[in-house]
Amino acid sequence: MKALSQKRRHPLAVIALLLMGLLVTGGLYAVATTVNEAKASTTSYSASDTAEGEKLFEANCATCHGMGASGTQDGPSLVGVGAAAVDFQVGTGRMPMQMNGPQAYKKPAQFNEEQTHQLSGYVASLGAGPAIPEEHLLDEKGDAAAGGELFRVNCAMCHNAAAAGGALTRGKFAPALADVSGKHIYEAMVTGPQNMPVFSDANVSPEGKRDIITFLKQIESNGSPGGADLGSLGPVAEGLFVWIAGLGVIIGFTIWLTSRTS
Amino acid sequence: MGNHSDGSPNHSGTVATAGQNEVEKFQDPGLPPHRLRLADTDPKAAKRAERQVAVLFGTSVVGTLIFLVAYFAIDLGEGAGIATIRLQNALLGLGTAFAMLGIGTGIVHWAKALMPDHEVSEERHAIRTEEDRQAAVRIVDDIVEETGIKRRPLIRNTLLGAVALAPLPAIAVFGDLGPRPDKKLAHTMWAPEEGKLKRLTRDPDGTPIKASDVTLGSAFHVIPEGLNELHEGKLNEKAKAVVLLMRLDPASLKPSAGREDWSYNGIVAYSKICTHVGCPVALYEQQTHHLLCPCHQSTFDLTQECKVIFGPASRPLPQLPIAVDNEGYLVATSDFKEPVGPSYWERDEHERSINS
Repeated sequence: MKALSQKRRHPLAVIALLLMGLLVTGGLYAVATTVNEAKASTTSYSASDTAEGEKLFEANCATCHGMGASGTQDGPSLVGVGAAAVDFQVGTGRMPMQMNGPQAYKKPAQFNEEQTHQLSGYVASLGAGPAIPEEHLLDEKGDAAAGGELFRVNCAMCHNAAAAGGALTRGKFAPALADVSGKHIYEAMVTGPQNMPVFSDANVSPEGKRDIITFLKQIESNGSPGGADLGSLGPVAEGLFVWIAGLGVIIGFTIWLTSRTS
Repeated sequence: MGNHSDGSPNHSGTVATAGQNEVEKFQDPGLPPHRLRLADTDPKAAKRAERQVAVLFGTSVVGTLIFLVAYFAIDLGEGAGIATIRLQNALLGLGTAFAMLGIGTGIVHWAKALMPDHEVSEERHAIRTEEDRQAAVRIVDDIVEETGIKRRPLIRNTLLGAVALAPLPAIAVFGDLGPRPDKKLAHTMWAPEEGKLKRLTRDPDGTPIKASDVTLGSAFHVIPEGLNELHEGKLNEKAKAVVLLMRLDPASLKPSAGREDWSYNGIVAYSKICTHVGCPVALYEQQTHHLLCPCHQSTFDLTQECKVIFGPASRPLPQLPIAVDNEGYLVATSDFKEPVGPSYWERDEHERSINS
């Protein structure tokens, strides 16, 4: 104990404690935000899918969205939103919504792949809307350079040039796009979930969307060639790091330079 | 060598208590006692410090070798992926850091632990003597006398004239920073050319947009027709003319007098250039109909003709009057009715001339 209480007063103890605290917080946060993702393989719905989906809908969604998905004052009508909207909202865990707030959060999916498929089938049967994208548009083999240009024009202002996400007004935010499946990215573009605008096929063609997904997956797999990207949040995060870590190192050196050796 | 006192605390400080008029004179406490280091007394410690310095210099050698190996042995030729580049970057950086830090820390440690560390007091020199001052005055007087500047006013005056005129070329060159933009800031590419209305086209590919393409809730990033075909000044024109096109429920738009025909079935087009300092305002929230500027959080409400509802911007975003041509494509019926973007000196004057 005596040794510990002596080391406690060591000049480096504060720094060590700070580092430990940061590491623990960061580690816990990384574990807590990991989300598993569901993937549907087919986009055709049988009559039994629709029937099962209706049961699931009435049991889980109708409280807010109303019987027959016609909407209530607590939730919008889902007639005509299409299978893509359901697959995105339910597949990423945003629906069922955890609580009322500025924005529904991504969380572990509450329904498995089959149930998500059945729910999409039911909602798709209520009215025509965007369908779940076909496999060939999600193969990540498009033109990454063209996708990058489309991304910078249409998406980067909210989602950040490195797709790291960003803040919007009054508690809303554009999420980071790393670890989001190509299918969900595509579905978000065609349906415009929450406050995201719709990027219909007339605006960004299906091939353009394929290029955007290719670009996003490419920058994700490439990583940052310059080393730690500090969340790609830009000059504020980088400046803060340099102020704290860089100046800290310089101060450490000056203290060492002027201290006496024992 | 200084005066090594016994290090006992000095009680005759300068602190005066209340009511005590006479302050005791501050006494020079002298230098603290010289404390011997471990390396001064213990040969083993000295040997250890010597080894530590050698290890630090050795680290520098290793760092240099790491740099050289990383530079020559890692092949960045065909087929080298980004992982190879990262590895080389990391090794070059680490190598340089170790090479420099090893030498620096080694020298400092050497000086601190092994070199003599006795205290030395150096008395301050007298600042100036009267003789030195007199000598300096004499030198200046000699210079004035020998140049004869007092006796030769012609030389003096021409020199003054030359020095006064010499900066003029620099001032003349400043003129090349101009010319003043004049009306360039007041007009954009949206103005109809020879009676032909400009179509709204997609950024970046420049394809025209049909009104039926713009579904409820969607946002299009728009450039004027013909922008991509410009050979010169394309970015300057784009910086003024970029527009965000959105479709809202027509019932939620409440156009003011004179703006009733500026939208088409709930489709509205607004300049993307913030009226604060000109950042692109393109963060559109399709449910709240707010447009957010990412630079200083100015927020514009689309349902109130982009009125500023938060942030430092002082004017609403300029609206582009749009209509549909006979092929169903969206066109701008005129240029913006005010200069786009942030304030500038002649802005009011330009706005008046646009609307007169």
